[in-house]
Amino acid sequence: MSAPETGVPTEAGRTIDRFSRSSRWVHWLTATLMTSCILTAAVLYNGSLAVIVGHRYLVEQIHVYSGIALPVPMIAGALSRAYRDDTRRLNRFTHRDWAWLRSRTRRDGTIEVGKFNAGQKLNAALSAGSIGTLLISGLAMYLTNLAPLSWRSGATFVHDWFALAVGLLVVGHVWMATRDPWAMTGMRTGRVPLSWARREHAAWAREVAGDPPIETADHRSRT
Amino acid sequence: MADGQGSPYDGRPVGRRVALGLLGLGALGIVSGRHAQSALSSFLEPIQLRDPTGLTSLLPLGDTFRFYSVTGGVPIRDATTYRLEISGLVDRPTVLTLADLQAMPQTDLVRDFQCVTGWRVPRVHWSGVRLSTVLDRAGVQPSGRTLRLSSFDGTYTDSLTLDQARLPDVLVALKMLGGDVTHDHGGPVRLYVAPMYGYKSVKWLSGIEVTDAVVPGYWEHRGYDVDGFVGRSNGRGIDERT
Repeated sequence: MSAPETGVPTEAGRTIDRFSRSSRWVHWLTATLMTSCILTAAVLYNGSLAVIVGHRYLVEQIHVYSGIALPVPMIAGALSRAYRDDTRRLNRFTHRDWAWLRSRTRRDGTIEVGKFNAGQKLNAALSAGSIGTLLISGLAMYLTNLAPLSWRSGATFVHDWFALAVGLLVVGHVWMATRDPWAMTGMRTGRVPLSWARREHAAWAREVAGDPPIETADHRSRT
Repeated sequence: MADGQGSPYDGRPVGRRVALGLLGLGALGIVSGRHAQSALSSFLEPIQLRDPTGLTSLLPLGDTFRFYSVTGGVPIRDATTYRLEISGLVDRPTVLTLADLQAMPQTDLVRDFQCVTGWRVPRVHWSGVRLSTVLDRAGVQPSGRTLRLSSFDGTYTDSLTLDQARLPDVLVALKMLGGDVTHDHGGPVRLYVAPMYGYKSVKWLSGIEVTDAVVPGYWEHRGYDVDGFVGRSNGRGIDERT
């Protein structure tokens, strides 16, 4: 849906709503559980850390229950309309997303970005798929009577490699966030400056603030 | 849309496809079992051998031991402080030192170490005294049926029936991987129950008590089978007997 073109001048320093309370809760609960999973995984997986920390049963229990709880905030978020709206936006890739991913100058604003850029969309999809895979392979390893040993060996293999990949994904996500303080403010407080939104998420800023479409950007994005 | 910008809900559901694709890849990896792991290991092994940074050792390549300990720290015992106590329903309660064990007949085995959670270390060289030899030294009384094994980590216990304990490939291991059993591997003396999952191979072995009934051990209290035979327990079929 396109926003009505009201033409109302916007004051400098104006802020707009970016993330609802529900979306932020889902994000931070998932982040907490993911951190717990990663820290305990380091102890379970790394021999030197395992020897230092020991207490394998306790560490394993924390890891297992953090892991089982990990998808719960995302599933519970489906009760919120605002969160469902965010997931729908993350799910959809347009030709502009592909162009943005291919572009070397993707940050210059030439390719207009909606509420989420294609990198954020990819991060969400990879995270969701990986969390699901880690849950299934983790359960296969934990419930030893569930699957034959061959599958448990396969589950160990899958769990190890997906965990490594998710670890890199999380590191990349946090690194990108630290490079953009306003993006972090958005996830912390729910609001961002309109000027930031116009720079990083122009199409979304226009949708929210009701700015007129920018002809050049629109034109170029269609070529 | 009229302005050509398109709705934010336009486009293809790529996110869902990526997520489902990953789930499919994961399921394939689980079902293909060890084969995918072996293929990847053999592909990466030459790289790992030539890696001067050592970073590839952080990759989950499998076929290596993972160190499990259920307590915060385990005291270090060496040749002078190590003792193995055999007690319970025996004719001669016995305390053996490391030297005593080294003086007994040694048996060598090359067998896999299989963890119940799935990882396996193939063709590990083990050496030590048959558990049956140790039991004969103390003389098991006719009323003895089972063993309660304990660890000097102060927490870990496990059980074996006398029949299981007398299998020829159950060792009180003094050597593994071509050297003395290291502290992290459960040294100086650990159990190695070749036909069973790793949780039966008690690390830091310090006590063998002959009892008349099974007392479930540490992991067995937490859901693992008491008779932990590889191939006949914990969901494993009789294939792949190692």
